[in-house]
Amino acid sequence: MSWGLAIWASALALAAAALAVTRDSVVHALLLLLAALVALGVAFFALASPFAGAIQLLIYAGAVVAVFVFVIMTVEAGPEARARERALLAGAWRWPAVVAVAALVPMLIGLGGAEEGTPGGVGAAELGLLMFGEWAVATELVSLLLIAGLIGVRALSRKGRDGE
Amino acid sequence: MSAAITLILSVWLIAALLVAAGVFTWVERRGLGFLQERLGPNRVGPFGFFQWIADTVKLLFKADEVPPGGDALTFRLAPALAATPVLVGFAVVAFAPGWTISALDIGVIFILAMLALTVYAMVLGAWASRNRYAMLGGLRAAAQMLSYEAFFGLSLMGVVMLAGSMNLGQIVAAQEGLWFVVQQPLGAALFTIAGIAAAHRLPFDLQESEQDLVAGFMTEYSGMGFALFFLGEYLAILLVSALAVTLFFGGWLGPFLPAPVWFGLKVGALALAFVWIRAVLPRPRYDQLVAFAWKWALPLALVNLLATGAVVVLGGAA
Repeated sequence: MSWGLAIWASALALAAAALAVTRDSVVHALLLLLAALVALGVAFFALASPFAGAIQLLIYAGAVVAVFVFVIMTVEAGPEARARERALLAGAWRWPAVVAVAALVPMLIGLGGAEEGTPGGVGAAELGLLMFGEWAVATELVSLLLIAGLIGVRALSRKGRDGE
Repeated sequence: MSAAITLILSVWLIAALLVAAGVFTWVERRGLGFLQERLGPNRVGPFGFFQWIADTVKLLFKADEVPPGGDALTFRLAPALAATPVLVGFAVVAFAPGWTISALDIGVIFILAMLALTVYAMVLGAWASRNRYAMLGGLRAAAQMLSYEAFFGLSLMGVVMLAGSMNLGQIVAAQEGLWFVVQQPLGAALFTIAGIAAAHRLPFDLQESEQDLVAGFMTEYSGMGFALFFLGEYLAILLVSALAVTLFFGGWLGPFLPAPVWFGLKVGALALAFVWIRAVLPRPRYDQLVAFAWKWALPLALVNLLATGAVVVLGGAA
């Protein structure tokens, strides 16, 4: 475990995230989001949680952002579209910013009061036992969300096929 | 292991891998030549062996231009993303007992994650090129990666169950006596298919597909950008071969010869199989590959997982 590396990686993740939400080009923003997620994975590794770190890299950095990029690439906006978008969204950042700060402040206060403990890192086996033992119902509830997504995709792709 | 020794070993390993990937370009071109009844490169040095050095020098000196209208930053960054994650993935490979940079407990997932990250090289390179062929290649790359990634991970979980570990060294140690390819033939077959797709190789290189897309995502690349994409591809072949040897073919285990030699020989044999497969198999249509991945490979991998789980629980093995 290395606190130095963890703090450095977290700072990097924070900086990349801040840059991501302020970029003009959506693809650059996604690239920065990717950097933030990878840096977060490195932070998990540094905090002796390699399983969380690898999953972070595989699922979030590897798969989720890839889907985002897939969609964004096909709808790349020209300069006029960007200007129209900017006019529509002028000032729209205020409320999300308020919510983010409102969430961040208690987190930071909570961190200050946290006990100095060694993050042991939960192994894959323990995580499996927790997910399918103690939290089995919660896990199944979350999987319902995936089923809803699957049904949605099926419905959307059927709609497209009718025209053929 | 102290940080300094780890650093020295890492640099040494990266250097060795870069040379291995270079030599492999020669092996592939010669091998394809023989399989197609022609000679292949045979002029530079004995049997043309120094061809890869000549090619590297040529690529180093070639102009590396950003296409007009392209995004310069992303265009330059993308090729680096092709080779770097694969090199990092080698950190957890166990070449012999104790011969590994990092004996990570979740080594298998780490390698999968690193192979998954290479998709950004293709997608971002394609987008930054501002070229329609490149764009089509990039879209194919993203969709194809999502299709095979799911059963890639599941196909090797049977081995993880039998070995009771995701540490590459312990998986090899668990194969003392019997290789997992015997117990997991379906898993090995699915892993091979997904492995070829993960290394972006023919017959599953639809993102490049030179017959219909010029060169797909790398259409606009020349010089070192082009070289880095190929470096990433050859390194990925070696990484997937190393992973297959570790998971299914007993890793460094073997009689008479020392452990690292066995590991090297097995990886070399599998890498040659990649060349052989490229030479003899036609490329499927793009939608055929995606449909196969979701409708056949993924359910088969799940059935394999279920059966293995039942055997492990009922038989009390592992």
